[in-house]
Amino acid sequence: MKVTLWGTRGSVGRAGESTLRYGGDTACVEVIGSDGGVVILDGGSGILHVGPRIPEGTRRIDVLLTHLHMDHIQGLGFFPWLRSADVETHIWGPIAANSLAERLARYLSPPLFPLRLRELEANHIHDVAPGSFRIGSLNVTADLVCHPGPTLGYRLVDNGKALVYIPDHEPALGHRSFPGNPRWTSGSDLLMHADLLIHDAQYTEDEYSRRVGWGHSTLTQVIALAEQMGVRQLVTFHHDPEHSDDMIDELHDRAHNARALSVEVTPGMAGSSFNL
Amino acid sequence: MEQQPIEMILLKHWASYVATPIWITDSAGNLTFYNEPAEPILGRRFDEAGEIAADRLAEVFVTSDPDGSPIPSEELPLVVALTQQIPSHRKIRISALDGSFRLIEVTAIPIVGQGGRHLGAMAAFWEPG
Repeated sequence: MKVTLWGTRGSVGRAGESTLRYGGDTACVEVIGSDGGVVILDGGSGILHVGPRIPEGTRRIDVLLTHLHMDHIQGLGFFPWLRSADVETHIWGPIAANSLAERLARYLSPPLFPLRLRELEANHIHDVAPGSFRIGSLNVTADLVCHPGPTLGYRLVDNGKALVYIPDHEPALGHRSFPGNPRWTSGSDLLMHADLLIHDAQYTEDEYSRRVGWGHSTLTQVIALAEQMGVRQLVTFHHDPEHSDDMIDELHDRAHNARALSVEVTPGMAGSSFNL
Repeated sequence: MEQQPIEMILLKHWASYVATPIWITDSAGNLTFYNEPAEPILGRRFDEAGEIAADRLAEVFVTSDPDGSPIPSEELPLVVALTQQIPSHRKIRISALDGSFRLIEVTAIPIVGQGGRHLGAMAAFWEPG
């Protein structure tokens, strides 16, 4: 399984000198399974980098959406393969009271977007409830996680290696001390012994204290959770649009200097790849 | 032990913050949590009592009508909420873990998660003034 980050920014895109290294595009990760199958995690503006990379002859593309906040779907309408009749495209997203197709159509329709969802070729739209399903060589497990509105985290296993993707997540919400009992901690089953965890680390401690309930984590929280759940490598994601590359470096330096970590931690960088 | 569904995690966190006595069971009827305001009524701190399996609850908390006549288990509010998936309210007498008997009013509701998953039930209860 090859994993490539294309959009690492959270909330809203941020282009400019201060975000050149870690990237200014919103959430999107490309996963190539051991069978060559293409799975895309979230459809933020980073998905524009994936389009031209899809090999000729690809017959199927799966897009797994964690939730429908704009920074996770705003690139969908610009992903050319959703307009191609030659490729079978599947869109997967969290189950809710209204169908995924209905909810996606709110954005993919005028006046917010010139085309309607039904005019795209993505006619396989799946409402995902907590559970497992298979896409080619990937065994995918989805579970609802703590974030405003129905939001999924995904665990993708291929050849015994596990990638876990939870880009928007506030597992500390409600805990009087964190991390607490994993049985009562959002996402813990997904995270267990992951080889690679791509996880929200949007806020500083000070920012989190003013934004409890907004659905995001601090670097300190996610490191503690990853250590508790035996994660091998943590890649932080959903960088705050107000955080420059230098600030992200500083936060990571501070975390590494505070104590010895039992998990490898790196900031998510657009264009970086991981082989599992 | 398996992680609880997010809906139940958030419910427990919410219950731990409100001042209304709350009791939470999972889909099998096991007691998974009661909050601090419930502790004086139930006669023991939850940290001491811990989770209680469904098949032990009837012997741990003996319930009856206020006049002492027995209530068929299938008519208890939490059992109704769990098995029939409808809300239920009743005034009952319950034996607390400190050996006392309490008269309480109980309102139980089923907890249904996204996708129609039956996750359990919760009961709010209080001692009538």
